[in-house]
Amino acid sequence: MCGIVGLYLKSEALAGDLGRLTALMLHEMRGRGPDSAGFAVYGAPEPGAKLVLLSETRDADWSAIARRLEAAQGAAVEVAPIDDHAVLRTEGDGQAARDWLIANAPEVTVLSVGRSIELFKGIGDPDAVAERFGLPARTGTHAIAHTRMATESAVTTAGSHPFSTGADTCLVHNGSLSNHNGLRRRLEANGERFQTENDSEVAAGYLAWRMRGGDSLSDAVGAALKDLDGFYTFAIGTAGGFAVVRDPIACKPAVLAETDDWVAMSSEFRAIAKLPGVGHARIWEPKPAEIYSWSRAA
Amino acid sequence: MTVATLRNSVLDLATASLRDVNRTLHLAEAGSFEVMHPNGAHALACGLDAPLDVTVRGHVGYYCGGMNKAASITVDGNAGTGLAENIMSGTVRVTGDASQSAGASGHGGLVVIEGDASARCGISMKGVDIVVGGSVGHMSAFMAQAGSLVVLGDAGDALGDSIYEARLYVRGTVASLGADCVEKPMRDEHLAALRVLLDRAGYAGVDPAAFRRYGSARRLYHFKVDNVGAY
Repeated sequence: MCGIVGLYLKSEALAGDLGRLTALMLHEMRGRGPDSAGFAVYGAPEPGAKLVLLSETRDADWSAIARRLEAAQGAAVEVAPIDDHAVLRTEGDGQAARDWLIANAPEVTVLSVGRSIELFKGIGDPDAVAERFGLPARTGTHAIAHTRMATESAVTTAGSHPFSTGADTCLVHNGSLSNHNGLRRRLEANGERFQTENDSEVAAGYLAWRMRGGDSLSDAVGAALKDLDGFYTFAIGTAGGFAVVRDPIACKPAVLAETDDWVAMSSEFRAIAKLPGVGHARIWEPKPAEIYSWSRAA
Repeated sequence: MTVATLRNSVLDLATASLRDVNRTLHLAEAGSFEVMHPNGAHALACGLDAPLDVTVRGHVGYYCGGMNKAASITVDGNAGTGLAENIMSGTVRVTGDASQSAGASGHGGLVVIEGDASARCGISMKGVDIVVGGSVGHMSAFMAQAGSLVVLGDAGDALGDSIYEARLYVRGTVASLGADCVEKPMRDEHLAALRVLLDRAGYAGVDPAAFRRYGSARRLYHFKVDNVGAY
């Protein structure tokens, strides 16, 4: 199973409620994925890069890692720990910082990098994960969240969704891919760096790779429909965009709803049912292999 | 909420639990019920075996009206996966859209979807009549055994794949036919049967002559010894 929710705000009016509404939606999807959960929130772009790191063993020395990264990049790094995660802000290049951390700080996992995205995940009750990382109080423009019932790889924090391998890009997945090992090797040969054995991380890496090569979000998703084999409903976030796609035989559920104020996506309608103005929403089931995307100027 | 044998009640899921609402419906022997605030709840009004009249105001989740017997259920909204799954008799109507596998394995009764039904509508149907006001998705009437599927709009890919003996009537276009499903002539008996179905579903103004009929070519019924090498 697995549960997906996504909320993309079309107006500023609800920016202060983004986290609270996303937490409400996530709560409804607990039953679809009680193993673990995670969320990505997109806020206003910051001047520098920020990275969210995870210490699965909880024993990372965050300030030592920050000092080493500072020395390697020759740029100031600030670190703010939150539970077993830490948010690093650097004046240096974010993608280069990610590559350096993956190569030189194997005790941590880089969960996200970008100017807008912050991504948190954890094992156990999705409500507790949301609470631990302060989801209800978070503000921003759009958010994606996931509750996981693991099939393809172990139940670990790093193996929880969302997955992000490119700047301000993330993906959540309901389903399973069958060609992820071959695709992972192909992407690694093209310079992508993966941190788990998870099939969904390969899908995230594939999209990041396409967009790094110049694809728009919807072009990248269109290419994914040809190159990814398996069952999937994906919700995808970028700095200014949001997309949803289902595999060509629509194995996994999805519902979309749109009002003048927001676009919401979920595995089931009950996660959308409590959003403000839902009574006036246009509600539909996304068609197989059709790309639905929304964007604003980043 | 105290569960008692009620009739002609308004049941509100904003205040009562799903279990209590379902129990009230199970205990009732007759009457009209209105269910408020379903908010996408799953397994609402399943297994009703009395001639109740149930109206649900809003969107429901999975398996609404499953195993229905005798009751008449109307969902004033959309329905999730598995609407009226394994329906035995009675009527289940949805005024909006239904997600995949609507009417799956239904043995009898009538399912009416006024909007669109998505993939696998009528999968493995065994005698149910399904009338869809809009279009149906891919793999509809997959392995259908008996009953009728009427589609006023279009049908997606692989309609009637591996069909046994159900009758499929489509007014619009069919993206493609599945294995062993073929177009068949509309004879008078089919026009008459379709007239009755459309009337029962509330489409009295729709002309049966505008439909095409599809069904089984009956080539997959028996094992062919010529194929033994394939196993």
